[in-house]
Amino acid sequence: MTLTTEQPGEAPGRTAATGQGRWGGVLRELLRTRRAMVGILLILALVLMAWIGPLLSPWEMGERDFTAFRSGPSPEHWFGTDNTGRDVFTLTMVGLQKSIIIGLLVAVLSTAVAAVVGAFAGYFLGLTDKALMWVTDLALVLPSFLILAILYPSLKDSGWIMFVLLLAAFMWMVTAKMVRGMTISLKEREYVLAAKYMGVPAWRIIFRHIIPNMASLLIVDATINVSSAIITETSLSYFGFGVQPPDVSLGSLIALGAPQALAFWWMFAFCTGLLVVLVLAVNLIGDGLRDALDPQAKRRS
Amino acid sequence: MFLVRRLVNYMVLIFLASSFAYLLAATTLQPRAYFEQRQPPPSQEAIEAQLNDLNLNDEVPLAQRYGVWVSGVVQGDFGQTIKDQSVNEEMSRKAGVTLRLITVGTVLGCAVGISIGAYAAVRQYKRFDRYSTWAAFIVLSVPTVVIAVSLQVGAVWINDLTGKQLLQYGGEYTAGLDAGFWGTLLDRLQHALLPTLTLTISLFAAFARYQRNMMLDVLGADYVRTAMAKGLTRRRALFKHALRTALIPTITYFTFTFGVLLAGTTFTEKIYGWHGMGAWVVDSIVQNDVNSVAAVTCFMAVCVMAASFLSDILYAWLDPRVRVS
Repeated sequence: MTLTTEQPGEAPGRTAATGQGRWGGVLRELLRTRRAMVGILLILALVLMAWIGPLLSPWEMGERDFTAFRSGPSPEHWFGTDNTGRDVFTLTMVGLQKSIIIGLLVAVLSTAVAAVVGAFAGYFLGLTDKALMWVTDLALVLPSFLILAILYPSLKDSGWIMFVLLLAAFMWMVTAKMVRGMTISLKEREYVLAAKYMGVPAWRIIFRHIIPNMASLLIVDATINVSSAIITETSLSYFGFGVQPPDVSLGSLIALGAPQALAFWWMFAFCTGLLVVLVLAVNLIGDGLRDALDPQAKRRS
Repeated sequence: MFLVRRLVNYMVLIFLASSFAYLLAATTLQPRAYFEQRQPPPSQEAIEAQLNDLNLNDEVPLAQRYGVWVSGVVQGDFGQTIKDQSVNEEMSRKAGVTLRLITVGTVLGCAVGISIGAYAAVRQYKRFDRYSTWAAFIVLSVPTVVIAVSLQVGAVWINDLTGKQLLQYGGEYTAGLDAGFWGTLLDRLQHALLPTLTLTISLFAAFARYQRNMMLDVLGADYVRTAMAKGLTRRRALFKHALRTALIPTITYFTFTFGVLLAGTTFTEKIYGWHGMGAWVVDSIVQNDVNSVAAVTCFMAVCVMAASFLSDILYAWLDPRVRVS
């Protein structure tokens, strides 16, 4: 999976990209896959919608329309209104924003932690490896949903950033194990050995040589983590352990809409639909990226 | 020998995980608040006495409470719930519900997912492959919560449409039903259908995708060609050589996803109103019930460990190289 870095010319179609570097080639490869294109377009559309939508809507976030409770979609309220007369369109857009931000932050954070933990464990092996992998196993055994649910209510006051940190703290383990495995094979490579015998300190080798050489794995994993972060966030918020009012996320909106989904479908359908589209788009990009970065997997697409 | 060492390691991890959960729950949850907001409000002394009885008093040092808890757990006693019932009894009642749901859901989900994935790989780029890939992709993007809720909404809709209680979507059985053995069995099955379906759907997608990719890696391999060249039928070659090899990474994957599956079960139980471990833990957190939370964590850790132990065994069964070394 990581061999791409050393043999940039090997992949068919990538030779044309010489001069623009590897990432230019990857980008072109990505744009050629229809699946990834669809994903990127969907994400762009959703991001635009989430940030421009509230500006277009005549209703503010906290504003209530006391003349219309639970009224269906109309020119006045594009997605209808909820129990207390809030505009569902505005709510959904703000929730979408939050879900996108949380997903991205959690993915970046957890992938970074995974890269550092895995690389250190794999590079030093021995005692460091034992200790770090042990912590990883422990974190894998702990039911993360439960720990998050216990911890978060007591940290509610610190806002949703704390929630992001907690989510990230329980998502790095699997990636860390993969990174460790890769590091063990990477550390025998000539360029790593050369750096080592030149007296480059270990942490520098890890950050300058080992982690950058796993970039493709890390990027693919970060993308996958975005979607699982969004899913976890939604589930936790559904049970009231996640994003707390007055903040809204897609999860808390689904929780509000689900019990009344049949009588007042607009309170359930829009947020659920957008959530599915969002995660689907992220997954499509992740899949496309994996194919673009991994020449061996090309035939899978 | 290897398995014994593994087992000891697992036990230590389980113990640490439960301890961690206990300490965390004991420091962040507030059982005192639970008693204080009771109607009518009990006297201060009564609260103290209750808290002391249940080993939940936050004025007793944490180390001491933890000590009491550990000495109980070592003897197999998880203490009392906040309503002064035995956690052990509650657990033995609820664990069965959860285990049944998980086992059926997992077996069905894995079986369906693996067969669809494997078949899709064999028919790569054909119609079946394309449809199943898209279906898996879409299902993968839907959180278990949303699957459960949507099925429920769908069930209500179908019931309204047919005018009958065709699909049950709440509880584990109809309360006070007296319909003999078959009637009860049918009733239980009716109630179990949707929750099991939820788990199966959410599992199938992940396994179908993973199995397809693994299978594609294997299909082009020399040994599969050799197997066919030496005269095996295509079907036999695929089953005995390709599928078997392709299952190995899938088993590792299963171990990793088991935690996610447990969380999914929690949501499913809670949404369908089953009184299992998952629903219990959500309620215990809301009720500040420290001992129950620790007990459920222990249960879940045991499940994760059992899953990874199982996958070790399956691994050894599928991959002869492991057995030799």
